Amino acid sequence: MIDLEAITFAYPHASPLFENFSLTIGRGETWAILGPSGCGKTTLLYLLAGLYQPASGQISIEGEILTRPRPRSGLILQDYGLLPWSTARENVELGLRVRKFYGEDGKHTPINFQPENNVPYWLKRLGIDEVADKFPAQISGGQRQRTAIARTLALEPDLLLMDEPFSALDAITREDLQNLTLSLCSEQKLTLIIVTHAIDEAVGLGYKILLLNDPPNQTARIFENSGVGQTGYRSSHAYYELCDLLWREMRYETA
Amino acid sequence: MKRRDAFLATVALLFMWQIAAMVVNLPILPAPLKVVSVFVRELQNGLLNHFIFSLWRVFAGMALSVLVAAPVGLAIGGSKELSRLFSPLIYLLYPIPKVVFVPVVILFLGIGDTAKITIMFLILFFQIVVLVRDQAAGLPPQLIQSLHSLGAGRRALFRFVYLPASLPAILTALRQSIGTAVAVLYITELSATKYGLGYYIYYNGSTLLDYPAMYTGVVAMSLLGLGMYFSVDWLEQRWCKWKFVT
Repeated sequence: MIDLEAITFAYPHASPLFENFSLTIGRGETWAILGPSGCGKTTLLYLLAGLYQPASGQISIEGEILTRPRPRSGLILQDYGLLPWSTARENVELGLRVRKFYGEDGKHTPINFQPENNVPYWLKRLGIDEVADKFPAQISGGQRQRTAIARTLALEPDLLLMDEPFSALDAITREDLQNLTLSLCSEQKLTLIIVTHAIDEAVGLGYKILLLNDPPNQTARIFENSGVGQTGYRSSHAYYELCDLLWREMRYETA
Repeated sequence: MKRRDAFLATVALLFMWQIAAMVVNLPILPAPLKVVSVFVRELQNGLLNHFIFSLWRVFAGMALSVLVAAPVGLAIGGSKELSRLFSPLIYLLYPIPKVVFVPVVILFLGIGDTAKITIMFLILFFQIVVLVRDQAAGLPPQLIQSLHSLGAGRRALFRFVYLPASLPAILTALRQSIGTAVAVLYITELSATKYGLGYYIYYNGSTLLDYPAMYTGVVAMSLLGLGMYFSVDWLEQRWCKWKFVT
């Protein structure tokens, strides 16, 4: 579904984060991008979102070369993604309102986009229908993140990009939302790419784990994690073994 | 502001005024009760007319300033290139005391209301531009990026982010401008008019030496400013509900 072909990317006046970097991500897979701060994981996500452009090489999604944000990709950030002056419901409606604002132009809005009012459904599915008329400042961090997810899913995406979406939440809320995300992805047949600095989160969510290290990243180091999503996986031997392996890999690289 | 607090403040102010009038004991500082009785008399005697002239000028001056300055502030705050181009210009022009241009503006625009409104505009414009620009420039980049990823381009960002985000700043700018606007109003009404509270105060105080009437004009001007403060508060409570939730 996603092909990165020999991309190179650097911020102005800085050494490159990615050099001739290639990666292929299949449809419906869940991927975790793991690495220490400064390794370029958020940058990679923004490249996949079409917010940044590689200096050379190209990124294509569903066969189309990415040059700008793609209407069917949904991006969820750690914080600040919600409009503080709009209620949870208005925030969930936001993507649909932006699309209506432009109309079907194929650039901001997909052609043949049928805006059906699925906002009540997503408010209910994410369990935030009771706080729908409150402002972001009035609801909990978990509810805010649920609102952000509902807003993205209301646009019927096929690809979900998440940047450390749960790192500001407490452990219980975090695990609830991780499980919810996994079941939503399999329910909606979504491809998921989640950026995290937490090893347990990567192993708890990623069917495949991409480990980035000190830049420049040249080859993709991928760890298979096929047990993900199975009940009890988080207390299994395989889970701990992979966590331990990733921990040692990260330690070794930064030492 | 609570209604009860406003009432108590008024009572306290009148009380201090009364004490001061008793201590000074000169015609130039009449007691509040005297001024109130003259106020009621003058209201039927043309004061209302002066009030309406002043209200129109200050309202027109502020409305024009907001309508021009808010979009300019938004555009500069939302774009680094525009900011680099125009911010130095604004910093150069902002500190110039625009009141000194009163004779120049009158020379160019005549003695009518256009000149008076223009002077107010010149002063308020910069205050509002700076406040709105800072608000727009200070938006978290994550917010902008999320909107981009929802498909928003420049126009939608303006409509769904910059405009609502700047509304509180516009109202704050308005509130801060009221004091200045009323002061400038007084100055512009000193000359070249026979209507308006500024004229009324000056004429009664300096020509007729009718001090109770002069204070009547001062009270009317305060009420004008107070009414504008309340109006801005009212707008803020209607348009910026999210700022008042707990």
